[in-house]
Formats: sequence, structure tokens, C-alpha cells
Amino acid sequence: MQEIISRAKELLENGTVARVLGWKIGDLPYNPEPAYFETAKDLENFVYNGFCGANLSKYMIEASKLEGKTMICLKPCDSYSFNQLIKEHRVDRDKAYIVGVGCKGKLDIEKIKKAGIKGIESISGIEMTDAADTLEIKTIYGDKTMSYADAMLERCHVCKGKDHVIYDELIGESKDTKDAERFAEIEKIEAMSPEEKFEFFKAELSKCIRCNACRNVCPACSCRKCVFDSNKFDSAQKANVDSFEEKMFHIIRAFHVAGRCTDCGECSRVCPQGIPLHLFNRKFIKDINELYGEYQAGADAESKGPLTDFTFDDAEPSVVAERG
Amino acid sequence: MQRVGVFVCHCGSNIAATVDVKRVVEAISNEPGVVHAEDYQYMCSEAGQALIAKAIKEKALTGIVVCSCSPRMHEATFRKAAERAGLNPYMVEIANIREHCSWIHKDIVEATEKAVILARAAIAKVNLNTPLKPGESRVTKRALVIGGGIAGIQTALDIADAGYEVDIVEKTPSIGGRMSQLDKTFPTLDCSACILTPKMVEAAAHEKINIYTYSEVDKVSGFVGDFTVDIRKKARSVDMDKCTGCGVCQEKCPSKKAPSEFNRGLGTRSAIYTPFAQAIPNVPVIDRENCIKFKTGKCGICAKVCQAGAIDYEQKDEIITEKYGAIVVATGFDTIKLDNYDEYAYSQSKDVITSLELERVMNAAGTTKGHLERLSDGKAPKDIVFIQCVGSRCADDRGKSYCSKICCMYTAKHAMLIRDKYPDVNVTVFYIDVRTPGKNFDEFYRRAVEQYGVNYIKGQVGKVIPQPDGSLLVQGVDLLDNKQILKQADMVVLATAIEPDPDVRKIATMLTASIDTNNFLTEAHAKLRPVESPTAGIFLSGVCQGPKDIPETVAQAGAAAVKAIGLLAKDKLLTNPCTAKADELLCNGCSACANVCPYGAISYEVKEVNDHGIREQRRVAVVNSALCQGCGACTVTCPSGAMDLQGFSNLQIISEVDAICQ
Repeated sequence: MQEIISRAKELLENGTVARVLGWKIGDLPYNPEPAYFETAKDLENFVYNGFCGANLSKYMIEASKLEGKTMICLKPCDSYSFNQLIKEHRVDRDKAYIVGVGCKGKLDIEKIKKAGIKGIESISGIEMTDAADTLEIKTIYGDKTMSYADAMLERCHVCKGKDHVIYDELIGESKDTKDAERFAEIEKIEAMSPEEKFEFFKAELSKCIRCNACRNVCPACSCRKCVFDSNKFDSAQKANVDSFEEKMFHIIRAFHVAGRCTDCGECSRVCPQGIPLHLFNRKFIKDINELYGEYQAGADAESKGPLTDFTFDDAEPSVVAERG
Repeated sequence: MQRVGVFVCHCGSNIAATVDVKRVVEAISNEPGVVHAEDYQYMCSEAGQALIAKAIKEKALTGIVVCSCSPRMHEATFRKAAERAGLNPYMVEIANIREHCSWIHKDIVEATEKAVILARAAIAKVNLNTPLKPGESRVTKRALVIGGGIAGIQTALDIADAGYEVDIVEKTPSIGGRMSQLDKTFPTLDCSACILTPKMVEAAAHEKINIYTYSEVDKVSGFVGDFTVDIRKKARSVDMDKCTGCGVCQEKCPSKKAPSEFNRGLGTRSAIYTPFAQAIPNVPVIDRENCIKFKTGKCGICAKVCQAGAIDYEQKDEIITEKYGAIVVATGFDTIKLDNYDEYAYSQSKDVITSLELERVMNAAGTTKGHLERLSDGKAPKDIVFIQCVGSRCADDRGKSYCSKICCMYTAKHAMLIRDKYPDVNVTVFYIDVRTPGKNFDEFYRRAVEQYGVNYIKGQVGKVIPQPDGSLLVQGVDLLDNKQILKQADMVVLATAIEPDPDVRKIATMLTASIDTNNFLTEAHAKLRPVESPTAGIFLSGVCQGPKDIPETVAQAGAAAVKAIGLLAKDKLLTNPCTAKADELLCNGCSACANVCPYGAISYEVKEVNDHGIREQRRVAVVNSALCQGCGACTVTCPSGAMDLQGFSNLQIISEVDAICQ
């Protein structure tokens, strides 16, 4: 973390960048939040630890419009989102100075809480420099421990790898934390009967309170004006007829990001209701892989996405229809 | 609010017998915006159109709905009628209550209910219609014909005779195509070369025709009336202006082992070659893969013997960029590969040949100088078996699902010619069906059977087994006798299915012309627009559109020419106003629409927009309305809904759906 801060200070001082996009200390030990830093003094609040799951790439859309360059901190998986945004002409590559920061898996406070650890006062073992694979957690109920891996976000168990796909410089080591199959959960749902699937998604999506956090955090949901907010369509401000109507929001959103979603997992991370929203996107990714060949959105910034391209090897519509 | 008039047509009894038209009029009279509704026996008739005009004027209608037949049939008619009465033609909507309703339903109550629903949807749409105005674009008075076979030659001649410049692009070193490889042509048995070569000469000599042989289309951009095409003239290694066509280079060339494409690989040719003696132009090319000079750097004999100094080893591909108003595709066909048909022993025996190879065997200029002989040992065959439908009419994916159409006739031709020249040769034809419709076609086939004694057996051949003595054992079945047949033969001829030239996919992609699953180019309408591609300005000539014989090809070539001439004769084109349009304020500039646009109609501009007081530079999509065909792919791809199709906006379509689901 210190290395990032001193590099940031240097870049600010020598005028390479006008601001730094990173994370600042939150009001609790486990909730750092995205922030701009414009001075060395601002950087006193800079933090980078196991709870810095937030993907900053989307902030670069607005930062691209500002005067001067912005130093942006990207974790390996964030760099995929950034590439995708370049591909969609949503960020200006020349306006960004990308510092690829090391990542050893990010933590999920909800998992820690679910393990019965509450009243947290401080957590050690979350610094990037810590070699420890155990979290030592001080709570008002006494000291607790939890293994780092058990507290990791779901997305880190299916880590895309330790390499940044785009950067100007790298600071810190990364680790591939993959220890689960990416599509295992999808396969389970695919095996369900249509009725079971319906019930599963009904149960999950009925929890939705339409806070829009998933949409607002999603780097693929970068429309200037979302269709759900646009008065051009009847969808804006529509009252629900039942608690399951939010399914439409999520299904439409999944369609809109299909072929563009890098599977960064931010939607599920920020959902206050704990809905596994990434499952929709991952189902699309799995289908795309099977129908059009392996594709990882954001792996590069130039190629055409499988759903916005035509090749002679494309699956015929009949094959797609047959699969349902 | 619109003032909508609804006109319900009886179409004689076509609609009125199944739909209660009076009930439809009554039911929609109170729909939002409707101020006038009536029915009439034939709305498309002059009297019907007069009714519409009268209502438009008297009731000051701002939009009309005609409940009648398919818009493909009469949308243009009613648009014109409305325009004459002072209404913008795009304020007309058609509710198709004939093809979509009365013709497919029997129950009058149900059909009437559906007609009302369809009318409601059209009314909901017309309420959101806005007047649209077509734009104009210019027409370049020059046509491109891709492919220099009989189809391309005929099309080019017809267009050129009408006074327009035509360029032919042919990928091989000579024009002439498949027809130049044929021996005789059915049903009159004229010699193919005798009727083709004069046409080749005529095309080459025509002052309005310019032929690029050994050339390919590299890139196409633009749109109907204004295409820009890059033509790659492949390096011939021979200067076309200097070469006199004396042929000495070909004689002296020491590399003579290259398989002759013209003779279907049955013979060989030199590395510097013209495909055949009557080639046009009569200028050879050097096949660099087989040329010793290009392979080793040594040789150069052709350059030494060329009196004209025409040999140019340094020659490079040349790109010619030209503008065209119309493009005709005449890319022709090839026979399928027989890898999937091992049972016919094509790869195992030299005496199993395709029908096109037989043409080269029987042709006086072919490898055997026209003598019918076995390719394995040069002996005269005594028993020849023809197998029909090899790869055609195939139920599985080994071959083609379609009928190749020409095989029944050419097999009858081959059988007849063989029996005529060699009466002692037994000829047997295995067939599934004999299909010989066409002028003088069936008579031709009957002659083969009745006059020439060709033995036709209804049944398929399961296996051809090469025997140790060099003969072939044909295992087949006679379906009429219901028995298995084992037949000894010296030669087996396979009526191999034809398929579009493999390059057609590449060309269709460049032209954004659609192709079907068999790689045949699709017509704009299977019955009513058979020589036009759905892409405006692209026309179809010959087998690229579907299997056909020479007379049909020539007829279609002429038809394609007429369509191209009809286009070239215009100075300006009205463009369809139902094109996509981007809402600059909603556009993200993400390029998704441009990526899916099949017509290359979308580009991006960085421009200043004023978004509710916020002025900023934004990358926004811009649609070239002359290129846009209104397919709507962009509108469904656009995540923010910025892209919309004029005349078919998202809201119009949703309102139609809402009206239907009411």
C-alpha cells in the first residue's frame, strides 16, 4: 500500500496525473470506498487492502472528461472491465495512467458476518503485505479467527488469473486464487426443471428492492441514460404489480450486458439483499462460450464481441433455438 | 392526436367470407383517434381508392389504416392513393387481415376477432406515425459483373447493349466459365464451344465492356447506385499489352506437370498457361507455385523465347478502384467434393469419374481427344454405369438437400451420345426419379430410352467395388423389380451434385447480400423478385442463385441485366425513409450498432451536444440513410435505446403489441 501511495505522490508532483482514483478509509474497518485524491494530503486517507473489492474502472468514464490524466488503480480482474470500456469507447485510454495493483483475493464481509462474527472492531491479516492466511478479528465479543480463503468473495474462488490485461505499471504481487469451477453453479441450475428454475429465481429476485446498486456499480451498465430511467420508454418509474416484477429489470439488464460482462462480480458484491445476480451473467457467458467459442469480455480492447459480430462459424439460429 | 380513418376491404369474398367486415368496422370505430371507418368490396380498386381520398379530404384525416391484404401486395398502392389526396404516404398503415387472418382461419367468429385485433394494432401504430420524407442519392452509370461464365457474359452483353459501361471480374485467367468445359449441350446437342466462344468474343470486343480476368473483388463499400469496389488484378507475370498470344512460351515451358484446372485435373498443363485454346484474353499467366523460375530463381525460358518481351517476373498485384451503380453476381458453381461418398470408389479407381470429367473425356479438345476410353488403361469401355443424384437430394448432411436439376438431362445426353458414337457400349443409368421438365426436355430423355436403348434402372447404387481385373462391380437395387443388382462395369460416371462456387460466401459478405444454408444467394422475393438480392442494387445471375441449366441461366442473366439497366437508367434514387436514427442525447458511442450493421451504414462522429444545458463533446452514432436498409439490427442491439427505426420505432412496435395484448 505504501508503495502505491508514494508512487501516487510522485505522479501528482511531477504532473503526470492530475488526480488519483483509488480507495479511501471508510467509517468501519471493512468498508473502504472509491475516492479521488488530488493532493499528497488527500492520500493520507488512501487505503488498499483485502476489502478493496470495488472495481474502479467505471469511474474512469467521468474521469475521462476531466482535465489532465487520472492515475487509476486496477486489480487484475478490474483491468478486464477497463479494456471492455475502451472497446466500447466509454473511457479514454490516453486520459488514464493505469497502475496495476497486486491482488491476493478480496474479502466478503457478508461471509464473515455469516460465520457469526459480529461487532467487529478491527481485522488484521487484510493488508496486501500480510503473508498470513488467517484473519484475526477483534470484536466486542472477543477475538475470532477465520481463514482468508473462507472469507473471500465468490468471484475470487473463480479468479480469472493474476495477470493484468492492461496497465502502465504494476505495483505488488498478485495471486491466482481460483479453487472452484466457474460454471459449477450454473450447471446445477441448468439441471433443474423449468418449474424449479422459476421457483429459484422467483425466490431470489423477489428480494430485490430496486435500489439499482447492481446497475450503478456495473461497468457494463454504462449508458448515459439507462432505459429504466428514460422517459422515452414506459419502463421508467413504473410501479410493480407484484414483488417478482423486478425480474424484468434483472433479465433485461442481463441481456443488455450479455457478451460485454467480464464477470467481475460487482453486482453480487454490492447487492444489499444478497441476490446472486452474477448467475444470470454467467449463464450468458457459458452459453456464449458453447455457441460461439470461448470468449472473455475485456481480454483485449479491439476484437468484436461474439454477439456484435458475424462469423461463418457462428452457431446457426436453429442450434441456438434447440438449446432453449 | 391523429385523426385516423379505417378502411376495411372485403377483397371480394377472400376476406368477407371469413371475417365479418361490418363487425370489424363497428368494433374499431371507438378506438383512440378513429374518426372515420367504412368497408368496401375492393378497396384497391379505383372506386375504393376514391373512397379513401374522399374521406381524407372531408374528414381531414391525418393517418389511415387499410385492413386488407399483405402490405407486400398493396401498401404501395394505398400510399400513392393517400399521397394523391394530400396525406404523407408514411401515414398509411396496413392491417393484413387476408394472409394473416381470413386465409388461415375457418371460424368466422374467431377470424373476426383476430381482424379486429390486427386493426387495433395498426391504429395504435398509426397514432404514433410521423410524416417521413425520402431522400435522394445519385446513380453511377456503370455496372460490375462478378463472374465471367455464360451468366456473367450474357448479363454484361445485355447491359452494354443498352448503352452502359460494364466491367466483368473473372477470377480465372479466361472468361467462359463452366460452359467452356462442356462438350455438347442439351437438348439440341450443339457443341458448347460453338455457341459460347462467339459470345466470349463479342463481350471482349464490345466497346462498353471491360474484362478483368485473373482478378478478384477485394472490397466493396457504398450502396445502391454508388458502390465503390476494389478489384485486385492478380499478377499475371505477363504484360497484357505486349503479349501477342503466340503460345511459344507455353510450348517451351519445361514445367509441364501442373494439373490442368480446365481438364478437371485429368491432364496437365505448363506453368505458364492459358486454360484452353480459345481463352479470352489469349494471354497466358504464370502459375507461380509451379514455375521453376519462381521456385528456384533459375529457368527464365519463357522470357527468353518471348519475342514480344511480355514476360514480367516482377509484376505485382494491382488494385483498381472503380465506382458502380449496380452489381450483378454471376459466380456460378462447382461440383461437390466426393469425400463423403467413398462407397462409389471415386478415390480408389481412375475409372470412376464425375460427369464434368466425362465432358472433358468426350470433348475433342480434351485429354483423350474425344475418344471414350478408360482413364486407367486407355481401353474402350464396354459397360458404363451412370449413377444419378450423387450428393443431391440427400436426406442427411453428407450431401446436399436440393436437386441439382441439371443432372438428369446431362446424363441422358451423355448416355445418348455414347450410344450414338459407340453402339456396342452398354449404358445403364441408376436413378431415383428422372426429372426432365423443360421445353423439349422430356422428349430428349424419352429418345435416350426409346431410340438409343439406354437402360434406366430406378434405384440407388450402394457400392462400387474395384475388382482385381480392373473392372468395377456395381451393387445396386432395382426398386421396380424389387431385387438386388450386381453389375459389372468398366466405367462409372457420377452425376455429382453442384454447389455454389466456394468464393460466394466471401463475395456475399462483402456485398452484404444474404445467402441460404446451401450458400445460394437469396432472392428479394422467391416468386416476384427472383433476380434481385434483398440488398438494393445487387442482382443475381445464374447458378449462384440456385441450380439451373444453360437456357435458364441465359434467361435469368437477361432478367438481371434488365433490372440493372432499370437502375442505371435513373439519375437519382429515392431512398427509403424508414431508416435508423440515433438519438444523440442517449447514444453512448459504444459502437455496438456499427458492429452489427450488415450494411456498414453506421459511422461515428465526435460532436458537441447539448444535453439539457450540459455542452460536451461526445462520440455519437450517425446513420447514412442511403446505406441503411431499415433492418433494425442496430435498434435491438443498442442498450440505451438511442437507436430507433423511423416508421418502426420501438414505441410504435410496443404500442402494437400492447394493442394486441389488451
